[in-house]
Amino acid sequence: MSRTDTSVADRPTGVPSPAASRSGRGLTERLLAVRELSLLLALGALILVTTLYNDRFLGSQSIKDLLLGCAILVILAAGQTLVIVTRNVDLSVGSILGLVAFATGELFLAAPGTPWPVALVTGVVLGAVCGAVNGGLIAVAKVPALVITLGTLYAFRGVDYYWAAGQQINAADMPRSFLRLGNQTLFGVPVLFLVALVVVAVAGFYLRSYRSGRELYAIGSEPAAARLSGIPVGRRVFAVFVASGALAGLAGVLYAARFGTLDAAAGTGLELQVVAAAVVGGVAIFGGSGSVYGAALGAVLLTTIGSSLAVLRIDPFWQQAVVGALILAAIGLDRVLAIRTAARLRGRSAHVA
Amino acid sequence: MSPDAGTITSPPLLVLDDIAKSFGAVAALRGVHLELHPGEAHALVGENGAGKSTLVKILAGAHAPDSGRITLDGEPLLLRGPADARAAGIAVIYQEPTLFPDLTVAENIFMGRQPLRSLRRVDIREMNRAAEQLFARLGVRIDPARPARGLSIADQQLVEIAKAISFDARVLVMDEPTAALSGVEVERLFGVARSLCARGAAVLFISHRFDEVFDLCQRLTVLRDGAWVSSDPTADLTVGEVVRRMVGRDVDSLFPKQDTVRRDTLLEVRGLSRAGVFSDVSFHVRGGEIVALAGLVGAGRSEVARAIFGIDPYDTGEVRVAGRVLPAGSAAKAIGAGLALVPEDRRQQGLVMELSVERNATLVRRGALARLGLLFGGAERAEARQWTRRLRVKTSRLTAAVGTLSGGNQQKVVLAKWLATRPRVLIVDEPTRGIDVGTKSEVHRLLSELAGEGMGILMISSELPEVLGMADRVLVMHEGRLVRELSRDEADETSVMFAATGQGATA
Repeated sequence: MSRTDTSVADRPTGVPSPAASRSGRGLTERLLAVRELSLLLALGALILVTTLYNDRFLGSQSIKDLLLGCAILVILAAGQTLVIVTRNVDLSVGSILGLVAFATGELFLAAPGTPWPVALVTGVVLGAVCGAVNGGLIAVAKVPALVITLGTLYAFRGVDYYWAAGQQINAADMPRSFLRLGNQTLFGVPVLFLVALVVVAVAGFYLRSYRSGRELYAIGSEPAAARLSGIPVGRRVFAVFVASGALAGLAGVLYAARFGTLDAAAGTGLELQVVAAAVVGGVAIFGGSGSVYGAALGAVLLTTIGSSLAVLRIDPFWQQAVVGALILAAIGLDRVLAIRTAARLRGRSAHVA
Repeated sequence: MSPDAGTITSPPLLVLDDIAKSFGAVAALRGVHLELHPGEAHALVGENGAGKSTLVKILAGAHAPDSGRITLDGEPLLLRGPADARAAGIAVIYQEPTLFPDLTVAENIFMGRQPLRSLRRVDIREMNRAAEQLFARLGVRIDPARPARGLSIADQQLVEIAKAISFDARVLVMDEPTAALSGVEVERLFGVARSLCARGAAVLFISHRFDEVFDLCQRLTVLRDGAWVSSDPTADLTVGEVVRRMVGRDVDSLFPKQDTVRRDTLLEVRGLSRAGVFSDVSFHVRGGEIVALAGLVGAGRSEVARAIFGIDPYDTGEVRVAGRVLPAGSAAKAIGAGLALVPEDRRQQGLVMELSVERNATLVRRGALARLGLLFGGAERAEARQWTRRLRVKTSRLTAAVGTLSGGNQQKVVLAKWLATRPRVLIVDEPTRGIDVGTKSEVHRLLSELAGEGMGILMISSELPEVLGMADRVLVMHEGRLVRELSRDEADETSVMFAATGQGATA
């Protein structure tokens, strides 16, 4: 559903033909295919180059590390996509992740016998509560989400620091069964990554196929029109922030399981990576278009760049620069395609009366 | 003159009783009474700011009335939001289309009501098919799977209409739906409205085009300054009588184009072509002259104007302003050469809705008004005051956001903005679309005055009376070609329509 879709369908402009309506049928799918395809191509090229330099990059351990490394970012990117398509943004996800990760550790310290599913649900609920705080403040204060979540970014992190009081939680404090969740594989694929896949599939399916999911796009595309067509805008936006918080909570629990060592700084700065992943993945920052799949691929691409630059022995400084360049390239690409699409659609607007 | 006058005996379907609504200190509606009977098409007319749009918003559930009662089928109806209005079977077609640009046309029509298949998933194929059926009923061809972004205003309006008829609405409210439509499309829309009426629905039709009002509607309600004036069967009324009630005074001449002295050629267009949009367009406009560009919606008139002004590119051809060749593709150079374009879609292209009246009015004059690169409020205000006064813009203060003004006043601000550049050639695209009779004649008076001062005016208009009344010469476009040039004496409804529908020989 990204704006880029229409670029493939090169149709003669100006004259409407019966064929136009037929070729338009697969438009959505093709649009979808294009952005995801270009991301896959970029990913493939990156892996190829890195592998040529060092063939261990494609080793099974290395791939496993890569999948493990991107899982948490992918989950957060899925949540962020839900928010961004409604023309909002959630900057507090890094802080929610940190808070939930620490809370999970504390839970095991306080009640060592807690089964891991209980910890998982607790984390998700805590994340959802944080998301509800965001959503509630946005609904009540009628202030852009950017400002509200910038505030809660610091507020949640502050709570985290206050609670931790400099203390650190170690892997030894958590049950083995829980920690295994973070490293275990199923048929050679890390469980964490499988969880991320499920999240992406569910969120993508929801956004694409459900009325309320389509309404999220409508809200982001034209909020005034959404209100006039009876869409409960406030309720949907609130729900989206709760969902984003819950997914950040899930990511927080998984973070605890994966790294074992937790302090109050866990996940600091992650929110910008998440937004970057979504933007690179073709989610329009002003809402209305973009897919969860694109955002997830964006997250995978950003993670892969990180590890491949390390393999290529490139200065970490350049890693930031490359990510920046990638974002600018993605936005530039979107702009060019949007202009071309707009010109083409305008040319086609004359219809037979 | 009583609200119940008329020949209809059936109990009313929808009654608005003693409705009042204020925005701050401004009373938009005071004690308005309106009855819609099943099977009736009811016209609502009034000048800009008479409260028609507010009434529509109340029916749509977008505004809650401060006082008064609404009853549907004799039952009190409480509209807490647009969803309630929809549930009650009230469908609204707004004056300005409200579509989701990123979503497909079909989704725009069925948002919130998409057909479902297993697992409550949206059935996209069925949705596109249903949209195609709606368009077939309207007799138009729009691809349901294309995004709404880039649709012309007429097409956007058609999507809105398709949306409204897809409800099987009991009450259909149309707020100037025909402003952007061509004659054929209007006929089809009326066909749909009549078939809704035949099934017992009621239609509330708001329009400034009296021929359409009298064609479609059985009864007519006049609003003036937010208050109810009269409700009568249209058979008992004449256009003159309705206009008198709307403005509260006599309007003698709607189109007062004065004879002016022709001066040198100011704008010359030679062989302008753009593949698939328009081809080989040549004409000239002299100072003191109003040249109308007529044609059906989609004939390429606006596109020619945009190309001349440098917003869109053109493939071949040449534009000269006062003898000098104007480089293609630069609006800034066009402004510099003395061209001004008042666009068709004032909301999207003409105004920055959030900015104040004075900011908007002086937006293109920033350079000339700046001192040392800085803009001072005083200069802007003085300039804005001069033009808003000359155009009689009704606004509480110059710092009010343009979005809060009525349609006619917005149009005046757009005009003010471009007139402030003191252009030699003014291109106006649908200068009076969707504005009331009073403002309309003011705009016409102004255009005539400007021509008298030596300005060359190219006027694109879909309203024949306006074209015939205002133009010294009429150029008619059909499917991207200039097919006819008619002098003031030659031009009449038949000759213009004949050429516009492509039935005449090439001029």
